[in-house]
Amino acid sequence: MKPFTYNRASTPAAAAAEALRTPNAKFIAGGTNLLDLMKLQIEAPAHLIDVGGLKLDRIEGTPDGGLRIGALVTNTNLASDTRVRRDYGVLSRAIVAGASGQLRNKATTAGNLLQRTRCPYFYDTNQPCNKRKPGSGCAALGGYSRQLAVIGSSDACIATYPGDMAVAMRVLDAVVETVQPDGITRSIPIADFHRLPGDTPHIDTVLKRGELITSVTLPKPIGGTQIYRKVRDRASYAFALVSVAAVVQRDGTGRVAVGGVAHKPWRVEAAEAALPQGAQAVNARLMAGARPTQDNAFKVTLVERTLASALAEAKG
Amino acid sequence: MSDSGEFDVSRRAILAGGAAGAAVVAVPVTAQAAVPPGTAPSMAKVAMEVNGKRRAFVVDTRTTLLDALRENLQLTGTKKGCDHGQCGACTVLVDGVRINSCLSLAVMHQGDKVTTIEGLGQPDDLHPMQAAFIKHDGYQCGYCTPGQICSAVAVLGEIKAGVPSHVTDDLTARPTASNDEMRERMSGNICRCGAYSNILEAMADVAEKRA
Repeated sequence: MKPFTYNRASTPAAAAAEALRTPNAKFIAGGTNLLDLMKLQIEAPAHLIDVGGLKLDRIEGTPDGGLRIGALVTNTNLASDTRVRRDYGVLSRAIVAGASGQLRNKATTAGNLLQRTRCPYFYDTNQPCNKRKPGSGCAALGGYSRQLAVIGSSDACIATYPGDMAVAMRVLDAVVETVQPDGITRSIPIADFHRLPGDTPHIDTVLKRGELITSVTLPKPIGGTQIYRKVRDRASYAFALVSVAAVVQRDGTGRVAVGGVAHKPWRVEAAEAALPQGAQAVNARLMAGARPTQDNAFKVTLVERTLASALAEAKG
Repeated sequence: MSDSGEFDVSRRAILAGGAAGAAVVAVPVTAQAAVPPGTAPSMAKVAMEVNGKRRAFVVDTRTTLLDALRENLQLTGTKKGCDHGQCGACTVLVDGVRINSCLSLAVMHQGDKVTTIEGLGQPDDLHPMQAAFIKHDGYQCGYCTPGQICSAVAVLGEIKAGVPSHVTDDLTARPTASNDEMRERMSGNICRCGAYSNILEAMADVAEKRA
């Protein structure tokens, strides 16, 4: 790791202001992804602002019947919350499908949203990578791309967003709440939070410099059968090749979002109209415009089959 | 082991920085603010309760909890495996919760209560999980064992607390210490020798006695 100075923030607004005025500063909470990347010098902040003491670790009801999840709620505590297990089962399921117990005990809600891609070329600092080093090129294109994106990608980047939690949050229409260095807060629908790569793949999200996530809110429960189906190379503790978060109502209507295929959780609301007709019809619209590589073309079929499996489970 | 570890200069700080590093270590912490970030190690004071004893020391901010335990506090029971959160050899309990100590900075644990394998039990006073690992031969080379035991103790606690897992059928019901549940929950601890089935027997033994 490169040397860095360290400070504990006292309030969210103070943390945001400190991040803005300190060159090359990063927030740290759980640290499970950032420290991993710092050891590899993929991230090399000169200053860490520890936001761990900001008391943003509560889950509380909102006036409209939803839930406000503090940015520092750990993955374990979020997945274990009785309200989440009862009313937002897809979120509990998605969280426990990811990482290991040790990591989930430390990883936080906000940090999980901000985790960076697991593209092997992003991790290998001997390789060109437009996400790690803008303008250096992309070794994944024409490289080993089995795990990488099939849709929404660009000629600059075919990395995927690796997380599970955000896929469930996307299907639940979560909203990311932030505070900016000037103290102004804003609400970002999760649909708009993660960016597609375009020609600036090094910018993962729409957060501005110094902007700190304070909470994530879930709208009131939508009922239905809630399923998270994750397909991966081993039964546990691996990233998704493809995952499907589904909320299916009794009449066959519902919502689906897909992980492991794009730079962000992939949801196409127009495709959901085809849910009563089955997985093939949904997939045709969901994956319209897919540009897979030879290595990962199987993912387009895998999405359809995973959807079919989830829909069959929902029917019971 | 001496307990006078307060503000010891760590072996790692000297080795890592050579003469320059040693010189920096000698500078009082308050003077560090003058050093431009990114050019020299930045030192910080940290105090935590480790295995029931208050320990205070000065570390390079880059020091992980794992390295602080091993090198500043000479608690070498906790092992460094992959150093990237993938193998679980470094698993310790912080405020009763298991974490990968390699992916956490020592300075982030100000005031925390840390329990390592040495704090669970000692050869003449074994923790029930340590005794069960011996009884069921839950190890071969033994390197992953401290992490496995810390994790195993925490897993039974997580099941008791109702934390769901990937294999929990009914999210609204309490999970039980079934073989499937324990296997899934132990997936963050890798054993290259493959002692898994004996580890599971040890855990089942302890779970049964507690039930």
